[in-house]
Amino acid sequence: MDPINAFVLLANFVLVPALAYGSQLALGALGVTLVYGILRFSNFAHGDFMAFGTMVVILTTWVLQAAGIGLGVLPTALLALPVGIVALALYALAAEKLVFGFYRRQRVKPVVLVMASIGVMFVTNGIVRLIIGPGDQRFEDGGRFIFSVREFREWSGLAEGLALRTAQGITIVVALVVMVALFWFLNRTRTGKSMRAFSDNEDLALLSGINPDRVVRVTWILAAALAVVAGTLYGLDKGFRPFTYFQLLLPIFAAAIVGGLGNPMGAIAGGYLVAFSEMTITYAWRRFLGHLLPEGWTPEGLAQILSVDYKFAVSFAILVLVLIFRPTGLFRGKAV
Amino acid sequence: MSGPVLIGDAMTGGYGAADILHDCTIAVEKGQIAVIVGPNGAGKSTAMKAVFGMLNIREGQVRLNGRDITKLTPQARVAQGMAFVPQTSNIFPSLTVEENLEMGAFLRRDDFRTTMEQVFDLFPILRDKRRQAAGELSGGQRQQVAVGRALMTQPSVLMLDEPTAGVSPIVMDELFDRIIEVARTGISILMVEQNARQALEIADKGYVLVQGRNRFTDTGQALLADPEVRRSFLGG
Ligand SMILES: Nc1ncnc2c1ncn2[C@@H]1O[C@H](COP(=O)(O)OP(=O)(O)O)[C@@H](O)[C@H]1O
Ligand SMILES: [Mg+2]
Repeated sequence: MDPINAFVLLANFVLVPALAYGSQLALGALGVTLVYGILRFSNFAHGDFMAFGTMVVILTTWVLQAAGIGLGVLPTALLALPVGIVALALYALAAEKLVFGFYRRQRVKPVVLVMASIGVMFVTNGIVRLIIGPGDQRFEDGGRFIFSVREFREWSGLAEGLALRTAQGITIVVALVVMVALFWFLNRTRTGKSMRAFSDNEDLALLSGINPDRVVRVTWILAAALAVVAGTLYGLDKGFRPFTYFQLLLPIFAAAIVGGLGNPMGAIAGGYLVAFSEMTITYAWRRFLGHLLPEGWTPEGLAQILSVDYKFAVSFAILVLVLIFRPTGLFRGKAV
Repeated sequence: MSGPVLIGDAMTGGYGAADILHDCTIAVEKGQIAVIVGPNGAGKSTAMKAVFGMLNIREGQVRLNGRDITKLTPQARVAQGMAFVPQTSNIFPSLTVEENLEMGAFLRRDDFRTTMEQVFDLFPILRDKRRQAAGELSGGQRQQVAVGRALMTQPSVLMLDEPTAGVSPIVMDELFDRIIEVARTGISILMVEQNARQALEIADKGYVLVQGRNRFTDTGQALLADPEVRRSFLGG
């Protein structure tokens, strides 16, 4: 029986990675949920928007690195973030002007906008592959660890080790800052309140003199900023590959729907819920159980519920369960 | 006598191909209360929306202080001093009471806190519930939020579509009192009401609409006294 080592092991392989991954999903889901709540459609291009913005961040990072500009122990990508946000915001506004706005003016049903977003998704996907290629890109630099397994073992004297990578630490801190800033914006500023009002009751917002075009524009800019931050943090943590970002759509939508589409608080809770479910279900619990069970009781197998290859099945299962039993999500968003 | 503050003059039009309104006229004089009554589906709400520019009228005119505003958008009419409380979905349910009022003042760039205090004085319960989501309030309180939101622009004309729908008789009397109070401050009120008798009692002018046409138009008292109006629309 060794609960401390069991906990450290769990923290190293499940808690910390899930916290980081959950933060990335939460930021992605926030973008999806904002667009859904205010523009009233599920934007399937969001994953590829993340890829587009992250691509700009990577290219900018390379330019900065070549010029010898960096942030020391912090990744240079943080410096490149604003460039990516501006680029993706302009790209999203262009998509609004050329595609979404055209359909919105005709007051089409949301499903038409969803279909249009799939078109935008394919185009964006093509652009990203054309510019940066379909392969893996690593752009993490600066210090790799805040503390490593070895440092932790020497400090604590435990058998098990715990590492906190810089990318994970930054993810958690940045996500927290962005979430607080977003809630401050939505709840405290005149523009933010007008966006919530528009989301609540579009007709009454118009009767109150709220300019719908401005609400739409600000929504895209916010969604773009969230997408770039989420994409960059994910890329720093796990590396960048365009196809992976497309695949992220599933856990991101699962997170947004679990929390209740259109509800920002729900998107955050959903992000962590999906991440923790995925991690715990695909984790091999053998060693953890070995620490907790009496000598000789350690299971023969890996004690893993699902192989990591099937991690998307977890998101999918959560999605199906929520849609069957509680379609409005845990936090009562708009019904899907 | 100067003309009406607001008039929808000989309006003809509807939502699509078929006309709902036929040569329909409704108007309100300065500082007065005008009430529109009539059976369900008569086109009362449609007439209000037409006056507020929420649907196109094929013929006729809307004039505010004598100026033709037929072509203005609803938002532009808000800026001109008109305010409208629709029959349904007339609040922002997930926003707090205070935020609902703030959104009413969205177009104002000056300090609107005194106006908000005036609304709270008019509806004291809203002051107590200012931090609560408007969607959690009772029916009568929601209507107060809706009227309060509309008052935040300091309108010269307030249009109310069935402000007492779905509230208890006590709350209804209370709301009517408040509406009279608002009218005393010089705000002209154009109102649709289901409770025809009570509404006509407080009305300076009454309109009875049937199938999108003016059926009777007179002072509130005269309509109440008219045997035909009583028989057909006031239940005897
Ligand atoms: N949005 C709409 N689109 C098409 N027809 C409508 C719409 N709203 C109301 N109508 C029709 O217009 C007529 C008048 O409705 P309305 O003005 O709501 O009546 P009232 O408010 O007097 O009860 C009804 O026949 C109704 O079916
Ligand atoms: Mg009506």
